[in-house]
Amino acid sequence: MGTLDKGHGRLWLWLDERIGLAGLEKLAKKKEVPVHRHTVWYYLGGMTLFLFLVQVATGILLLFYYRPSAEEAYESVQFLMAEVEFGWLIRSIHSWAANLMIFTIFLHLFSVLLLKAYRPPREVTWLSGIALMAIAMGFGFTGYLLPWNELAYFATKVGTEITGVVPGIGPFLRRLLRGGDEVTGATLTRFYGIHVAVLPAVAALLLGLHLFLVQKHGMSVPPAVERRAGIRGTMPFFPNFLLRDLVGWLSALAALAALAAYLPAELGQKADPFASAPVGIKPEWYFMFMFQTLKYLPARILGIEGEIVGVLGFGVGGLFLLLIPFLDRRTARGEPSRLFTGIGIALILYMVALTYLGYTASATR
Amino acid sequence: MAEAVRHSGETRRGFLNWFLGTSAGAFLLSVLYPVGRYLIPPAVGESAAGTVTLPIKPEDVKPNTGQIFKFGNRPGILVRTPAGELRAFSAVCTHLNCTVQYRPDLSHIWCACHNGHFDLTGRNIAGPPPRPLDAFVVNARGNQIVVSKGA
Repeated sequence: MGTLDKGHGRLWLWLDERIGLAGLEKLAKKKEVPVHRHTVWYYLGGMTLFLFLVQVATGILLLFYYRPSAEEAYESVQFLMAEVEFGWLIRSIHSWAANLMIFTIFLHLFSVLLLKAYRPPREVTWLSGIALMAIAMGFGFTGYLLPWNELAYFATKVGTEITGVVPGIGPFLRRLLRGGDEVTGATLTRFYGIHVAVLPAVAALLLGLHLFLVQKHGMSVPPAVERRAGIRGTMPFFPNFLLRDLVGWLSALAALAALAAYLPAELGQKADPFASAPVGIKPEWYFMFMFQTLKYLPARILGIEGEIVGVLGFGVGGLFLLLIPFLDRRTARGEPSRLFTGIGIALILYMVALTYLGYTASATR
Repeated sequence: MAEAVRHSGETRRGFLNWFLGTSAGAFLLSVLYPVGRYLIPPAVGESAAGTVTLPIKPEDVKPNTGQIFKFGNRPGILVRTPAGELRAFSAVCTHLNCTVQYRPDLSHIWCACHNGHFDLTGRNIAGPPPRPLDAFVVNARGNQIVVSKGA
């Protein structure tokens, strides 16, 4: 105790004796954030975490009115949007924060990729990060169906159909995801369970691991900065860095509030399994680059169906991304690694270009 | 001089603390207010109908039986007394809101949850129920049974 006790009230002391606040305080005070010209990228993880917390809070609120069945889901969301006070706000924030979170995850991923923050001993941090991104996309995919509107229905039909393309176990996976051969109320119940129970549980575990590892290893200094001795010093995480984090969080919240107020989430038409897919149907923007790639692939490549090649290609691409810390030997040795910087930039350009085409290329051609 | 500097520093700190505290309070309020209002369920259009036409024919209700029907969004109970008279009550037990049933063996209305007994005028005669069941007016018009709230 001693000097640490200064400025703490009796409640703090009482709690400290029982749960050891002093240890936590020491840990928080120990953490230092390196200051250099790339320090700004350190804020993206925290912003993603903030948006995730917004999702947890608004998601729990939505559960109070949502009814997960094909008969009632659409109506319950309609009720929530039209009758429940601030229902439109809660749902719009949930929908927008999901999109912003995927966006900050991408930014976080690419900054880590380009600044080589996956280098030893942070391989597991990278692996858990990629897994968290996959889970976030899973959240997006399963959550999209829940309002049971036309767009959601067809997006899910297409999305689950894609898993059916995987050779061998594809049809089984498709059945497993759909809870049957078709997208029905059984699919809705299944996605609901995945969205509100399975994914949150897995996400919490992985997030715990991810944050623990960040705390354990501290912030990674980009090798290029290290080589050029570009560190200008450090700043304490608590409170200096955290307060700057907070400014970022408040900005994100302001953006969220503005988006939710001016562009509230829409509901559209109730899903009708016996209607044709609406013209110009598109997936969520973060699946767009894959969607567009599949459009460009010819029907057959070397005698194999183009779709299968595409899906397997994305599988291989994902595996490659996951294994980057183990493939990039030069970075592991602390040497410059132009190849992997190039790969990172190429990946960004590819995703941006295909997403752009997805929104501008004619849908009917 | 030194005194003045320290003094102005303290005022600045005081102002910042006040400003941040007020901002944090306002922020908290602007989150808690919508969430609080959101949690309060909107008034659902409770069926205000005072009259319900039952999907039951009068001759299908045998003497010394009773059956549950929907009165708006709450259950009602339709009873034909051993003497052949049709009566209807709210089926919500006045004790703890369980749904009551007709007991042909006792020839009266009974609540299974806490053994509450009501006679054929809806009066609470035994067990914990504190009040009689709300009585409805029953009209058998030809082929139909029409139940309405008392006068």
